[in-house]
Amino acid sequence: MTPIIDVRHVNKAFGGLHVINDCSIQVEKGSITGLIGPNGAGKSTLFNIIAGALPLDSGQVLLDGEDITNWPANALFHKGLLRTFQIAHEFSSMTALENLMMVPPSQPGESLKSVWLTPRRVREQENEVKQRALEVIDFIGLNHVRNELAGNLSGGQKKLLELGRTMMTEARVVLLDEIAAGVNRTLLGDLVGNIERLNRELGYTFLVIEHDMDMIARLCDPVIVLAQGTVMVQGSIEEIQNNPEVIEAYFGAGAA
Amino acid sequence: MNELVFFINNVVIAGSVTGSIYAIGAVGITLVFSIMRFAHFAHADMMTFGAFMVLLLTTLFPQAGQAIGVPTAIVMLPLAIVLTALLAVIIDRTFYRPLRAHGVKPIVMVIASLGVTLILQGLIRLFAGTGGQSLYVDDRKEIFRLALPIEGVRMPVVITEPQLYLFALTILAVIGLHFFLSRTRLGKAMRAMSDNPDLARASGINTNMIVAVTWMLVGGLAAIAGTLLAMDVTFKPDLSFHILLPIFAAAIVGGVGQPFGAIAGGFVVGFAETLAVFNWSVLLRPFRDNLPTWLELPGNLAFVGTEYKIVVPFFILVAILVWRPTGIFKGKVI
Repeated sequence: MTPIIDVRHVNKAFGGLHVINDCSIQVEKGSITGLIGPNGAGKSTLFNIIAGALPLDSGQVLLDGEDITNWPANALFHKGLLRTFQIAHEFSSMTALENLMMVPPSQPGESLKSVWLTPRRVREQENEVKQRALEVIDFIGLNHVRNELAGNLSGGQKKLLELGRTMMTEARVVLLDEIAAGVNRTLLGDLVGNIERLNRELGYTFLVIEHDMDMIARLCDPVIVLAQGTVMVQGSIEEIQNNPEVIEAYFGAGAA
Repeated sequence: MNELVFFINNVVIAGSVTGSIYAIGAVGITLVFSIMRFAHFAHADMMTFGAFMVLLLTTLFPQAGQAIGVPTAIVMLPLAIVLTALLAVIIDRTFYRPLRAHGVKPIVMVIASLGVTLILQGLIRLFAGTGGQSLYVDDRKEIFRLALPIEGVRMPVVITEPQLYLFALTILAVIGLHFFLSRTRLGKAMRAMSDNPDLARASGINTNMIVAVTWMLVGGLAAIAGTLLAMDVTFKPDLSFHILLPIFAAAIVGGVGQPFGAIAGGFVVGFAETLAVFNWSVLLRPFRDNLPTWLELPGNLAFVGTEYKIVVPFFILVAILVWRPTGIFKGKVI
């Protein structure tokens, strides 16, 4: 089976600093793949390259067999490749509901033609988007704050909103960048539950960067360990936890 | 009562005229800033370009307006709007987009826009000459004198035809802009991009297209402002350039990045200018008999002389930056 995401021999340097070195990873369809590694291992950089937020220096990225190297993020979005941000992003001057409504399934109103020529069709579509947004906001449990300005939501609620954003359209792969960071335990339970449901019920594939090992252990199989910009090991969480190389990378020499 | 009419003519009408032009101009500045995050100095010359297009078309077809009874310049305005919108997109593709692709700092964009200013002004001078030319080529500029039905009032309220068009078009532009930004998906996508460009892209918004649409809008508004200004006085290659600073002041006073703030700011600056140069002595004259004898009423009692009008926007700008740097409507601090 073709992996849904296939990163091949990617290199990326910022000035003289080589952050990603000949890195190759595969994410299987329908999996929740974890991406872990010590700080500065290049996890977020790799994420940004896959998500089209950073140009790569050399190498290739394929989405379900299609070459998407250096595509802009908005084009990837329409291919079903979505991402959340490590530091939650929101349109702060819009309400939570409006934030979700910015993500339409097939953006009819955004071609110039339909703005001017078919206002009724646009309005219908707008209503569909609103219905969808209402369902999503209920699913992520933010119904009670749906008319709050997104800028006023708590950090954890913003993270939930990020996840909600990925549900507004038919995603194939979702890149989650430290979705659990700064989220309290109760909310985290919801978050993990939602991710599992999306994976099981809607067939979303997830690639997850996470520092919270409990969450990785609960959600992810397989887990990829990144160190110094390249893959160190890949395997199930048990294999990873017992790998002396990994322990050394995380805790320094002598810890094992 | 004649003094009151004098006040209406010299403050209410003159202030609305200046304010409307500043307002439409400032909206363009603020739109570029909110989407592309740089101060676009070539905006005034885009205005001149729009007026120049109208001049060109009016000279080519001077009779066009007479058939339907409006000035030819107004008939040609829609075409000039389209051409200026096109020019704005071309300028962006040629000069600004390559810089953006390199991720340069905003100040580099500002300098580039100064370069565009010089190019545009040079080109317009090359083709239009340096002198003033009326946009009323074959038409007559109507002047309406409205006598107030009050006993003893001899002075009429004076308003010219281009001023009426200016008010009408300003109102239309503001309503249109409001509808566009708040109701259409494209307008909402513009707001989204202004709020958070990374998130906009990650939400599937084609930011390159939003940039192009913004330039079309900016070019179109510039053509309207430039043409109406040139119709009110006469077309000159540096006419709009001289109001660049008040327009920037208006955008900042209103809150940078806030289109409706820019409109408010435009009127604040416009009225402040006219009030500052207004001869207050005229209003005090009827009370001359009641004033103590040692107080001689001077012939001219204005805050600043007309030749120093340009300091007024600067004064407002300094005051705003000191006391409320985000502007009337909370905009971005620059």
